[in-house]
Amino acid sequence: MSTRPPVDDWASDFDHLDPRWIEDPYPIWDALRAQCPIAHTQRYRGVYFPSRFADVRAVAYDTEHFSSRRIMVRDTPPPRIPAPPITSDPPRHGPEKKLLLPAFTPDAIKRHEPRVRDICRALIDRFADGGGCDAAADYAQEIPVRAIAVMLGVPEEDGALFRRWIHEMLELGITDPAAAMRGLTASQRYFAAEMEKRRTEPRDDLITHLATAEIDGKPVDPDRLIAMMRLLLVAGIDTTWSAIGACFWHLAQHPEDRRRLVAEPQLIPTAVEEFLRAYAPVTMARDVVKETTINGCPFKPGEMVLLSFPAANRDPAMFPDADRVVIDRKENRHAAFGLGIHRCIGSNLARMEIAVALQEWLPRIPDFRLDPAATVTWSEGTVRGPRRLPLLFG
Amino acid sequence: MKVKVDSERCQGHARCAALAPELFALDAFGNAREVGDGTVPAALADKAYLAKANCPEFAIEVDDA
Repeated sequence: MSTRPPVDDWASDFDHLDPRWIEDPYPIWDALRAQCPIAHTQRYRGVYFPSRFADVRAVAYDTEHFSSRRIMVRDTPPPRIPAPPITSDPPRHGPEKKLLLPAFTPDAIKRHEPRVRDICRALIDRFADGGGCDAAADYAQEIPVRAIAVMLGVPEEDGALFRRWIHEMLELGITDPAAAMRGLTASQRYFAAEMEKRRTEPRDDLITHLATAEIDGKPVDPDRLIAMMRLLLVAGIDTTWSAIGACFWHLAQHPEDRRRLVAEPQLIPTAVEEFLRAYAPVTMARDVVKETTINGCPFKPGEMVLLSFPAANRDPAMFPDADRVVIDRKENRHAAFGLGIHRCIGSNLARMEIAVALQEWLPRIPDFRLDPAATVTWSEGTVRGPRRLPLLFG
Repeated sequence: MKVKVDSERCQGHARCAALAPELFALDAFGNAREVGDGTVPAALADKAYLAKANCPEFAIEVDDA
């Protein structure tokens, strides 16, 4: 990573893996939005970076010119890791998404809330009596892997496997295609075996639902189903981990917000929306497949677009005081879960997990701050969140 | 006063149903529609505007004619 030349002009040569971008991207995006709202880089074989809400929205809505067949920005063409429907375009996308949607409505997700509450309580029990914890590793990270395991219908302990595969596919895979393949193959074998078990012994879980699914009255190709299950890992774990971690990172540094949420827990759902806006973890990507122009900027086929919902969410043209976290913000049209047909399928699950994580923690550990002797580290790549978040209690 | 969800634009973010469950309901896929014919009782007018202002897809119309 250190072999890449440093950036001296973000507008014409940005690098989303530059240490400064990883550490604190917001000032960079604010400057770009004002000076060059669609930045470009020759790095990674050519990438565009729109930073205004309106332009991000225009790209997200335009599936004719911007394909989801590649959603990773890489130096070399990465191994294709299909994870439908996130990697699907119309007309294939709609029926695939419809297969998953009923399991992810707010009512369907509500059924899992008691288990997620138990998970959070058990995690807090492990460290509540100590002087502190790493809220990213000991708490935020553990909640979504377990929640996904609950939904899929596999043992919570398998979460450790899920985490390894994701790390290989998404983080190591950025520079090491062999690692990406390792995660891919291992997850493939795991889900094939789980589906097989449920064909003979159906259960009330998501793997059974998918294993017996049909599109237009025909069974779905098992490889496609396995790819969908992989999506749930790829899209459902480090994203929510990042979102939960960012809430605690903020609250550790803003005692006034923390005290208010302790005193007014009914405000938590509103605050969650604001944390999602201000610290949206997920940047997607699109493959330019046909030449087009957006906001006066030509987009050339063969290049990629980084679709930064986090940057869109900081656009002052859409959000007054966009750079301030206002935990009781009433009007909040944020795009943390994307816009258009690829709206995050797990948005209701993520919201539930984040709210429960706060609701369970705040009454137990109302006072906490960043450990001044330790360092917070942030993930690299297109899912942004704290990976080490050492806190002191009291 | 009436609310209406543009079903072509709605992508199921479910913000309206969370903020104004009296006015918006979700179908089996999580996409929103207005309850009944969308008529908004006077006491719920604020909620109708709140739902509109929180829809990321600009899919909600409030007709206050």
